[in-house]
Amino acid sequence: MQHVSPVREPLVTGGKTYHDITQDVCRQVEAKPNIRWMAALSVALFFLGIFFYSVYRTLWYGIGEWGLNKTVGWAWDITNFVWWVGIGHAGTLISAVLLLFRQKWRSSINRAAEAMTIFAVICAAMFPVLHMGRPWLAYWVFPFQNTFGSLWVNFNSPLLWDVFAISTYFSVSLVFWYIGLIPDFATIRDRAKGPIAKRAYALLSFGWKGSAKAWSRYETVSLILAGVATPLVLSVHTIVSMDFATSVVPGWHTTIFPPYFVAGAIFSGFAMVLTLMLITRVVFKLEDYITIEHIALMNKIMMITGSIVGVAYITEFFIAWYSQVEFEQYAFINRATGPYWWAYASMMTCNVITPQLVWFRRIRYSIPATFILSIIVNIGMWFERFVIIVTSLHRDYLPSSWVMFSPTWVDIGIYVGTLGLFFTLFLLFAKFFPVVNMAEVKTILKYGVDNGPTYTGHHGHAHQVAPAHQPVAPAIPASAPVNYNKHD
Amino acid sequence: MTKRFALGIFDDEDVLLHAIENIRAAGVKIHDVFSPYPVHGIDDALGIERSRLPIAAFFFGLTGLSFALWMQIYMLGFDWPMIIGGKPHIALPAFIPVSFEMTVLFCAHGMVLTFFTISKLYPRWKVPVMDVRATDDKFVMAIELKDDASELSRLTQLLRENGASEVNEKEMTQK
Repeated sequence: MQHVSPVREPLVTGGKTYHDITQDVCRQVEAKPNIRWMAALSVALFFLGIFFYSVYRTLWYGIGEWGLNKTVGWAWDITNFVWWVGIGHAGTLISAVLLLFRQKWRSSINRAAEAMTIFAVICAAMFPVLHMGRPWLAYWVFPFQNTFGSLWVNFNSPLLWDVFAISTYFSVSLVFWYIGLIPDFATIRDRAKGPIAKRAYALLSFGWKGSAKAWSRYETVSLILAGVATPLVLSVHTIVSMDFATSVVPGWHTTIFPPYFVAGAIFSGFAMVLTLMLITRVVFKLEDYITIEHIALMNKIMMITGSIVGVAYITEFFIAWYSQVEFEQYAFINRATGPYWWAYASMMTCNVITPQLVWFRRIRYSIPATFILSIIVNIGMWFERFVIIVTSLHRDYLPSSWVMFSPTWVDIGIYVGTLGLFFTLFLLFAKFFPVVNMAEVKTILKYGVDNGPTYTGHHGHAHQVAPAHQPVAPAIPASAPVNYNKHD
Repeated sequence: MTKRFALGIFDDEDVLLHAIENIRAAGVKIHDVFSPYPVHGIDDALGIERSRLPIAAFFFGLTGLSFALWMQIYMLGFDWPMIIGGKPHIALPAFIPVSFEMTVLFCAHGMVLTFFTISKLYPRWKVPVMDVRATDDKFVMAIELKDDASELSRLTQLLRENGASEVNEKEMTQK
């Protein structure tokens, strides 16, 4: 039997049965789109329109449409790229790292978080591809023979490492996500009434039937994928940070970057997961699955990673002083007190002070407070990348080339446009795909619930569910011997 | 070819696990068990061997690593050597990131494609299932019926005794 402890909180509240889980998750997939979803999609599509128009301007008139200049050659594009990739990392952390650590609460948020990863990486990929100027030649980043007019790619370059890291990360995340979706597509397929839905979900389900052997392999595959995705997610942001760290630009050339970027990525990613989950649980009535405990736990992860980021900011400053390199020192003094002081101040306020509020239990368990904090952290993490990139570049070694950077409307259009792209994809996902991993949530249904859905006799179809939190011995059917050793 | 099955429908995983043990002990061969989620302990109860997919994954990963190292060493070391930042042509530390990523890429995709192939998972328009509730909230045990008139009633009784909430007969056309 499952180990039952009166200390553990149930992961799913509301005394659900297996069938309730299926019903609750499939409801919005099977229902006609409601007006709120249509309204949200219209807004997202409007911003997607802005994206396409800004991209058209960029491609037709060239990169000159952006606010870049000779000194600041990287600005909003790379800021947004790092911001989006970082957001994606929380999804992999939830789906892979927390799986390895056997954090069972991850089951109900895993699906949506991983969808967020995939959509965030799609948004991120737009920026380097558009910055190429001629995106139709984007395949030149891959090692092709030099009949294309150039040599082999340079395997010593972190920008090339990024190509391999991001494409591996995207494709592995996609496959990991899809493997998890297959059993749930089968559930929808077996419930589908209309011929089109039945065919479509049959195709998507890959012929899944839930046989014991297939489940056994499924679990093995999930575990190995989690095992490879864990170092992968760490490597991706490490390599992203090396885009900067391996250069000789003061303010970028620091060994602290890889761990600092990874912590920052998880920090911002959890903020985005919280923003999305707080909306999703209310819109789709999933409060029993994404409980207040989930929110508190995610807040704790945000606090830890936020504190690591805060320590990293201070360490950077200290090391700049300790290095005795005057250019390094100037880069940091200029960050805090130069013309971009307001960006630095926003970053410090949003990323260092905000997560510390989560120490208060009342804030950690408050939905409005969490929602506001998560938005503030997202803003703060955008400013972090802006500060690192633009303030390090705009005053270089030669004072005669010192400039300021200001974005054009095309820069802003592409950025808010990717938000439109992200929410369009997320809304389509939320309507047509199961937002909660039904199969996995069914495995944790009995966790912390004494006397969960239990067999009640030969003719009893109803599941008997005792109220949660009541430390009673688990009910065992008379016909079954008790000493079954189930490995959990 | 059409096969007939007796389907024992169970409501609870623990009852199912005991039933599997008792029914196998009674000398009945279980064709398959369909469940809405992975039931822990069912592999031992059904005598399913541990999957060898991890071994496959390891060799896919090894292939990826070898390929990545060969590619980088061949391209930058032999095919078109270039001096980049005064580094040696074969700068192994700089090859670590791409080698790692290719290892993960080959390992993950190779293993997943193997999983799809051996489990016969591929997109298809129609999926005949034993009982549609097996992907919702029921655990379905399928036992193949040979041509024996009394077999179904005997199995029905056995399944009932072991906690099946209902027993059905199902014909399946198999390739």
